Amino acid sequence: MSENTQNLKQLPLDDWHRGHGARMVPFAGYEMPVQYEGVMAEHIWTRTEAGLFDVSHMGQLQLTGEGAADALERITPGNLSALAPGKIRYTLLLAPGGGILDDLMVTNTGHNLYLVVNGATKHGDIAYLREQLPDSLTLSHLEDAALLALQGPKAEDALAKLGIDPFEPDWPLPTDLYFMEAGPFLWNGIPLGISRSGYTGEDGFEISVPAEHAVTLATALTELEEVRPIGLGARDSLRLEAGLPLYGHDMNADILPVEASLNFALSKARREEGDFAGAERVLAQYPDKAAMKRIGLFVDGRQPVREGATVVNDAGETIGKVTSGGFSPTLQRPIAMAYVPMELSATGTAITVEQRGKKIACTVADMPFVPHNYHRKTKP
Amino acid sequence: MSRYFTDEHEWVDVEGDTATVGITDYAQEQLGDIVFVEVPEVGSELAQGDDAAVVESVKAASDVYAAVSGEVVEVNEALEDEPGLVNSSAEEDGWFFRLTLSDKDELSDLMDEKAYKAFVDNL
Repeated sequence: MSENTQNLKQLPLDDWHRGHGARMVPFAGYEMPVQYEGVMAEHIWTRTEAGLFDVSHMGQLQLTGEGAADALERITPGNLSALAPGKIRYTLLLAPGGGILDDLMVTNTGHNLYLVVNGATKHGDIAYLREQLPDSLTLSHLEDAALLALQGPKAEDALAKLGIDPFEPDWPLPTDLYFMEAGPFLWNGIPLGISRSGYTGEDGFEISVPAEHAVTLATALTELEEVRPIGLGARDSLRLEAGLPLYGHDMNADILPVEASLNFALSKARREEGDFAGAERVLAQYPDKAAMKRIGLFVDGRQPVREGATVVNDAGETIGKVTSGGFSPTLQRPIAMAYVPMELSATGTAITVEQRGKKIACTVADMPFVPHNYHRKTKP
Repeated sequence: MSRYFTDEHEWVDVEGDTATVGITDYAQEQLGDIVFVEVPEVGSELAQGDDAAVVESVKAASDVYAAVSGEVVEVNEALEDEPGLVNSSAEEDGWFFRLTLSDKDELSDLMDEKAYKAFVDNL
């Protein structure tokens, strides 16, 4: 990684990571754990047990004031004004021209909106939000909160063992939450904001905890036999298997939502209203009228194709590019995400990728590559 | 037989005019789980410093440079089915390729085991 190693910030759990044998690397302006025992083992552990990820580099924001959801709808295509208290929505922060500035989670807490944005983009997001939103709203950056993700089929069992209390006596427990629901809780008197969500494709939780209690919580979780700490390396391979795009790689400010295959983020009500940033350009592509599209690829053979490899036609001309690629520990084969011309985006289409002068045969694959295992209220 | 090392964490075993090349245990430890090794073609001529092989871990691809010049005479076919040999036995069974040295003087650019150990200890 060529990131500037000067002025890197330390996570609240920095010492804890090093004490658990993490290799630290620069990422999003922080020194972050890339791996502990090894990417492959950590990946498989998360798919079969439960992994604990420190994602405190991500931006936790609060938007407070009357009309917050309506105001945020001007720069996102999500139906946020219809979001019930305790519900979460995935949405996109859009530039005036419709380009994707970030992807984010928005929770209606009942008294404000809680936003989780990407670490590498959080300062730009905050500046853009302050510029675009009315002065009557207050945007706070929760810099004193850490964020831990507990992910995997045993995440629920693990969390149940911690002895977390409802915030009020008759309120729900964290294990009562379904996918994309959130609430406030208490753990030994420590306030926790818990969401049933994540970035691995597995069931799991994201836990906002005051930074001064992060070590206590991380330690209590990893003392459970089913929980191990997991680094950024496995976080990336897990999200790739789950078909989840990574901002700054699989999408950026030059990419529109339909091109990024994020049609689900363009809610029906908002498409009909057409009143969000860049709506005209964005909706002109809906649902399948973009020139190119993000798709998944199965790669023939064992050699991964990586971000930056090009998609070429029979004449050897560049017609697309790989934006993420790696080896899938679950499938034991290389997989990738790429942008290809719309006419080559159907599942099963043969695609040629060129990497270091070598042509590699690939096939367009459905995503997710590995089925999601979310705890949904109604099975799809 | 003498073993030489490079500052790119490759080892080179020399026996007569033949050199066997691999990456060091330190290198495999840094790379993590290796899932694929692209070895050079038998018969290809490598000049010192050329791209010779690519090691792919779950996360990233890393180039392996030719530590010395020569013609590739054999590659480790076992790595095709079992790239993890580089993790489990980097400095023996996980060798990459053999070449016929074209300029033995180049060996003087390399480190011996003691110098390499000191180099790694300082990283």
